[in-house]
Amino acid sequence: MKWVRAILATLLTLALVYALNRTFGIVPALGPFLSPYEGFWRSGSDDDFTSEELTLAGLKAPVQVRFDSLRVPHIFAQNDHDLYFAQGYLTAKDRLWQMEFMTHAAAGRLSELIGDQTLEMDRYQRRIGMVASARKSLEKMQADPQSKAVMNAYTAGVNAYIDQLSPRDYPFEYKLLHYAPEPWTTLKIALLLKMLAQDMTGYSDDLRMTNNLRKYGPGVVKDLFPNYPFREEPIVPAGTPTNFTPLPIPPTPAEFMAGVASHTLERQKPENLGSNNWAITGARTANGYPLLASDPHLNLSLPSIWHVVQLHAPGINTYGVIIPGAPGVGIGFNERIAWGMTNVGADVLDWYEIRFKDQKRQEYWHDNQWKPVRRVVEKINVKGGETLLDTVLYTHHGPVAYLPNEEPLRSGNTPTGHALRWTAHDTQNELKTLILVNRAANYQDFRKALTTWAAPAFNFVFADARNIAIVSNGLFPLKWQEQGKFLLDGSNPAHDWHGWIPMDQVPQVLNPQRGFVSSANQTPVSPKDYPYYLGSSFAGYERSARINQRLAAMTQATPDSFRLMQMDNYSFVPRNVLPTMLKLLDQPALSEKQQKVYQTLASWNYQFDADKTAPSLFEEWWQRLARAIWVDDFPQDKFKAPTRDRLVQMILAEPNARWYDDVTTPQKETLPLLVNRTFKQIADSLGTEGDQLKWGTAKNSNIRHMAQLPGFGEKLFSGGSANSINALNGSHGPSWRMVVQMGPQVQAWGVYPGGQSGNPGSRFYDNLLNDWQSGKLHQLLFLRSAMDRPSSTSVQWTLKQN
Amino acid sequence: MLFLLILLLSLLAQFFLPWWSIAVVCFGVAFLRATRGGQAFLAGFLAIGVTWLGAALFWHLVTDGLLSTRVATMLTINSPWLLMAATVLVAGVVGGISALSGFYVRRVFA
Repeated sequence: MKWVRAILATLLTLALVYALNRTFGIVPALGPFLSPYEGFWRSGSDDDFTSEELTLAGLKAPVQVRFDSLRVPHIFAQNDHDLYFAQGYLTAKDRLWQMEFMTHAAAGRLSELIGDQTLEMDRYQRRIGMVASARKSLEKMQADPQSKAVMNAYTAGVNAYIDQLSPRDYPFEYKLLHYAPEPWTTLKIALLLKMLAQDMTGYSDDLRMTNNLRKYGPGVVKDLFPNYPFREEPIVPAGTPTNFTPLPIPPTPAEFMAGVASHTLERQKPENLGSNNWAITGARTANGYPLLASDPHLNLSLPSIWHVVQLHAPGINTYGVIIPGAPGVGIGFNERIAWGMTNVGADVLDWYEIRFKDQKRQEYWHDNQWKPVRRVVEKINVKGGETLLDTVLYTHHGPVAYLPNEEPLRSGNTPTGHALRWTAHDTQNELKTLILVNRAANYQDFRKALTTWAAPAFNFVFADARNIAIVSNGLFPLKWQEQGKFLLDGSNPAHDWHGWIPMDQVPQVLNPQRGFVSSANQTPVSPKDYPYYLGSSFAGYERSARINQRLAAMTQATPDSFRLMQMDNYSFVPRNVLPTMLKLLDQPALSEKQQKVYQTLASWNYQFDADKTAPSLFEEWWQRLARAIWVDDFPQDKFKAPTRDRLVQMILAEPNARWYDDVTTPQKETLPLLVNRTFKQIADSLGTEGDQLKWGTAKNSNIRHMAQLPGFGEKLFSGGSANSINALNGSHGPSWRMVVQMGPQVQAWGVYPGGQSGNPGSRFYDNLLNDWQSGKLHQLLFLRSAMDRPSSTSVQWTLKQN
Repeated sequence: MLFLLILLLSLLAQFFLPWWSIAVVCFGVAFLRATRGGQAFLAGFLAIGVTWLGAALFWHLVTDGLLSTRVATMLTINSPWLLMAATVLVAGVVGGISALSGFYVRRVFA
């Protein structure tokens, strides 16, 4: 009896300890997680932030780090190695979990941390060849001695931080998910760059466009999906002459129509995935020197997407933001120049229909012969022990993402039996570009630095004390007109990509007549002014039109003029279409409630302000109307509906278009009928007046934790819209706002939604969120030397070699 | 006495060893010193509970409850104080049961 009791009690103790020491699905390991001696309770503390001396193996000379009031590190090193070593160390201090999580996501390794919920995401990453292309890129970067040295130093710095970390000091998320950081590697830096390319260019609508073509034929497709929009303000001002001899354009092969693909959805470009940047010439600013602004729009998340840093060493003094985990400064300025980026959105991802010889899929047909398929086995480790093997087939085009008999993953993002051709698979040395841009002293240096930047292609805006410029730079395939607008023929060599647009022939403009440059992801250049085909689905013209309208009116621009512009909530969308919609309403037939809605909309000034109700009403009405017009002809799951630009053109100028009729009903619908019907629907569905209708609430913007943890994000109440300069739309918006004033003493201002720390228990996790929402910018402390303005920083670290 | 001994030893252990060292301490001390099952359980429960309560309270106050509030929201209990109660309960149960089993094992030999 005693024995039984003792054994049972002891077993119970062991079982309890075992159960509390491991995770169950999403339940954390409660023992170590809840223990205040090692678990989350102690993760919040960062108040003991004081000056100190650290001894770090791997440094060559002492490094000074000064932290300002926003806890931005200003790193003063005596050589490049120590500079990047210190950057790696300090970035890891703030963002270790985020850095590693992002690279795990890019490499398709989330299942190791989370379990089989993320298996399909991981498989997707493997199938599109992320790790393979990161490896190839890494090789290319390591072949350049300078890039190699930078990557190695940064990596050593991150690892110096990881090595001195005891489990109880792990960042919160490690404790929650119950795992430990692994050593940082140079491959992870390459993965981050590939992830950037995926975020910016990993989209296509080739499959849906092919379905459109099959259903309606080339005439309709040409009419509804023009290669150049009805309204556009290209980045390169219309009429700008080119000064190069273009390469011959590959001949357009005979028409090809791919077979029906059974997939439902591709990974479509989110509407207005985009950013703004612009610069104005010194002749039109108050102090006589150019001004530059940049605000990249991304899916906002916490910890902040960007880490702010100043890097100072012999030959370099630069300040700006970078994705944590990558060395250098991505968007920023130095003592001579400033630069920023927006996504180009050119068509750099195409699908090739692959014909396999047989079910064994060991050979595929190309150029009148059977060519061998290369097989790569991907191992996906799943938390809890299981390992999944997945074979990816490679053709010379690229990986065959999905096979005809396979269920599409992620609600079918990718066409089955099609190989992916994508610039992210082409290696260049993007890191080298950053290293050189950070050190560039003038436009020539800058331009030269861009020549090793392949993907993602960016509109790089530039300013120095005398010049402004913008370059739509990256690797663009040399295509025949419309190549890749539809699925391509993987067996016909004429359909392969035929080389590249030379790097010195990308769209660009230096000191244009109009006195400013700008970009907002619109078409880079009018086809009338440029010989090459870049693609046909760029962002709508509305944001750029507003930017240009305001810049054109400026004569005495100050940094504050740019700050106000970045917060501009005006949109050309309602200006262009709302008056026509209102005119089509049968006013006398409106009820009292509908009249009120009418009045609200009719008196609106097209500002998407947070406390207005008109933006909510308009958005709801406009979306419903667009849906009512297109959904019967272009059902979302298989077809691509025409763009907003084409719809506006149709509403304004084609009152009798066939598309207004709903083909699923016997009667004939007209534009006025749909306008009136949708208006009444939204007006009648309104609840009692309340704050719910205010735009700031209705658009339901929020910023979430990167792993979607409830309680670790914040709700936002803010104006703006996808087509306003202040492009906050849902959780997508300006992730960094920067204004730089050029001149002998460069000055800059900036803000971002979040803070320097990745620790959700730190004040510096989200200390800038309110300032970002209200449109405040902080002056960025740009120090000239380690001794400059000693009172401007209070905490100083000295990193010493041992 | 038993309570104080577990309190001091487990505190010491937890500064250096993983969380489950509390079970070892409770088992060992109860094995050597406990006289009754109820006493063993109670001493283990209370002593370990106190070490976790004290430390959790300390960190909660030092960090202005920023993180504990977020974690409470994440676990849908919404109150850092409930979270603290849960923390202490987990500690107490582990402490109590391991002390009890230490005592029972001792009784086999006694």
